[in-house]
Amino acid sequence: MRGTAATARRVLLQLRHDPRTIGLLLGVPAVLMTIFRFVFQHEHAQFELAGPALMVLFPLFTMFLVSSVALLRERTSGTLERLLSTPLSRISLLGGYALAFTSLAIVQAGVVTALSLGALGLNLAGSTALVVLLAAAVALLGLGLGLLASAFARSEFQVVQFFPATILPQLLLCGLLVPRAHMGAVLHAVSDVLPMSYAVDGIHHLSRQSDASSAAVGDMAIVLAYALGAILLGALTLRRRTD
Amino acid sequence: MQGSAAEHAVSARALSVTRGKREVLHGITFGLPAGRITGLIGPSGCGKTTLMRAIVGVQRNVSGELRVLGLAPGSAELRRSIGYGTQSMAAYEDLSVRENLDYFAALAGSPRGQTDAVLARVELRDSAAQLVRSLSGGQRSRVSLAIALLGEPRLLVLDEPTVGLDPLLRERLWREFRSLAGAGATLLVSSHVMDEAERCDEVLLVRDGRLLAQASPGELARRTGTENLEQAFLRLVEHEA
Repeated sequence: MRGTAATARRVLLQLRHDPRTIGLLLGVPAVLMTIFRFVFQHEHAQFELAGPALMVLFPLFTMFLVSSVALLRERTSGTLERLLSTPLSRISLLGGYALAFTSLAIVQAGVVTALSLGALGLNLAGSTALVVLLAAAVALLGLGLGLLASAFARSEFQVVQFFPATILPQLLLCGLLVPRAHMGAVLHAVSDVLPMSYAVDGIHHLSRQSDASSAAVGDMAIVLAYALGAILLGALTLRRRTD
Repeated sequence: MQGSAAEHAVSARALSVTRGKREVLHGITFGLPAGRITGLIGPSGCGKTTLMRAIVGVQRNVSGELRVLGLAPGSAELRRSIGYGTQSMAAYEDLSVRENLDYFAALAGSPRGQTDAVLARVELRDSAAQLVRSLSGGQRSRVSLAIALLGEPRLLVLDEPTVGLDPLLRERLWREFRSLAGAGATLLVSSHVMDEAERCDEVLLVRDGRLLAQASPGELARRTGTENLEQAFLRLVEHEA
């Protein structure tokens, strides 16, 4: 537990020394959401349909990029080797990252949600708190996938290439562009095994129905299960003994 | 400590390490006397770092017998008792010196206030607030050393801790090592500079993954009939050939 808290503190301190990254993490989603709103200037109904899905895509994008690079640095700079020669367990280490990044994702989701529901005039039928919690679950998914990507990359050049390889297919198939029900059988089957499909299903439950909290919580549980699976699988790639 | 571990903090028999397809340590046998400073001396690329990583328990494909403080290397209870000063600094560039030390102190379960004490010992107190990214090479190696000193390590494994330091500071660090050994810690200090070996109680001379000799510096000079370790090393290599 002490290792987890110390690690979360350390990760957040690293970010505090990097105000530009914090600014980008919090500012860019807000700007993109605003642009999205004005793309649908004359079709507010379209914005109401597509806008909410962005709220769960932002934490996936940002946390994947941040964590894949952060963990790649741990692996290549020798700090991971040093950490694993201390009493810190791998689960405590990842727990620290999870704590730091979900806190950040909650702030990010808070900013985007406040802006969307306020100035941008988005209507949300369901619970706002659940939207923020769903975003936090997606952030954990981003951490898990980023951790896995960092295991298969040797440089920062390589690790960012995993973004189009693993994240963009989920963007195409999650139901943002075309409802999943309208997809062909094969694509629908693929989208059924991709975690972001459930995140988008969940946010649609929350944005379109006032009485669908339990359905949204079910979707969130699926996202969390994928996130934990990815993090545990990733933990196996943090080897104490290396060449 | 019990049994043979009473004399030897680390003992290795027929220790070999393979990296990739290449064997880099070929059946090394040695013992590190407890409470002493042992120098691990040899040219760069001879396997010093690999040997240290094996002792710390982060090296893969180690065969032969290796006991560290009476335990298997890398075991959980052991990780509390070893301080490892890596050659690459292995600290967070985007944190200050103090933030780095505070983090590793928390992980090592250090007593409160140890960060300040350690910073003073490696003479980094004036740079405590500086980001590691902005430090000079010599300061970086002291950050690495400082992290290794945190906690209450009974065994310190220090990979080239004095590289790039000015002679005055090197002198003071060696005095620091001496006082740690005096307090009961066992030290393994690597260097590719022969004259550092003179400061050690024992020396392991390594070349091409083989142990040329383990002896005290005086004993080595006597045995090879030479004046200094540089010559002793050459004599031993000639003998091997």
